Amino acid sequence: MKKRFLVPLLAASIVAISAPVSADDYVIDTKGAHAFVQFKISHLGYGWVIGRFNDFSGSFSYDETNPAASKVSVTINPTSVDSNHAERDKHLRSKDFLKVDEFSTITFNSTSYEDKGDNKAVLKGDLTLHGVTKSVALDVTHIGAGKDPWGGYRRGFEGTTKLTLKDFGIPMDLGPASRELEVFVSVEGIKKK
Amino acid sequence: MNLRNSDKQFGLVSIVIHWMMALLIVGLFALGLYMTGLDYYDPWYKTAPDIHRSLGVIMLLLLIFRLVWRQVNPKPTPVDNDPEILHKVAEWIHGLLYLLLFVIALSGYLISTADGRGIDVFNWFTVPALFPSFENMEDLAGEVHFVLAVTLIVLAGLHGLAALKHHFIDRDLTLMRMLGSTRSLDR
Repeated sequence: MKKRFLVPLLAASIVAISAPVSADDYVIDTKGAHAFVQFKISHLGYGWVIGRFNDFSGSFSYDETNPAASKVSVTINPTSVDSNHAERDKHLRSKDFLKVDEFSTITFNSTSYEDKGDNKAVLKGDLTLHGVTKSVALDVTHIGAGKDPWGGYRRGFEGTTKLTLKDFGIPMDLGPASRELEVFVSVEGIKKK
Repeated sequence: MNLRNSDKQFGLVSIVIHWMMALLIVGLFALGLYMTGLDYYDPWYKTAPDIHRSLGVIMLLLLIFRLVWRQVNPKPTPVDNDPEILHKVAEWIHGLLYLLLFVIALSGYLISTADGRGIDVFNWFTVPALFPSFENMEDLAGEVHFVLAVTLIVLAGLHGLAALKHHFIDRDLTLMRMLGSTRSLDR
């Protein structure tokens, strides 16, 4: 009786052990701009200011059979902040906000990916912003994956989180309605060959 | 007093523009320093830059008129006993002041128009954004604007000290002439 289970069990364990090896690596398609890092912050409590970072790069690995092993890393150039207003962008780059002279990169490196089923997940990672590193959690949706019409294979996610400016030592006080920033990230990765 | 300059005197137009611009330049510098240090909820946070931009455009228009006026008017000869070389130096400094004013105004204009938006001058008229922008133009223009503005104020201070030296130490009519006095040098 026992022996009959042994072979499938062995086979299963081999699959399990080898599973992480089959994780695919993806490059985030910033070249074709199918990836966005946007933020939204309240203006006085009456409206929104929406901005984005135009210059960033990143990659992720994902294995459908073992999503928990997923890894993401993204590097953002804070100088590329764009809120569609040159004078405001200049201010955002200054010491009141991002202080880009001193803190020339924003980085995110994932530490865990918890699959919640139904294409939802929580992605945790270390975010370094304004020289301060903090663990943040993004609510992630796996949007889809498949072949693209040009011979590649793509996979896309979106994620949202909220950051408090003060947590990252950003000194500017924009008022009580504007202490938190909502972040929206949408990335499409092209599988490395 | 005549409107136009003569070989001996500055005309009313030159004198009025000189002092208007002196006031504007000092005012713009002070306002520029003040407004960049304001808190977001300060009532002047939005108004002060609006005034600064508007006055800056007016300063530029005055400068352009002044340079034209200077070309079509006689240049009054110096009323001091300084050697010719000092007159040359003074002329160079005056030229540098004009050049600095122009570049400062231009760089300020380039900060505000870096995203294609024009500058509203006191809800009176709008100066459109004329030049195509490049990546982070507003930051480079901002650096230039600040450094040259400080340089200008230092030079303008020297210019003022030189005028006071003429008045109190050399005891000549250089300063009085720019204040409209028509007294002659023959004391």
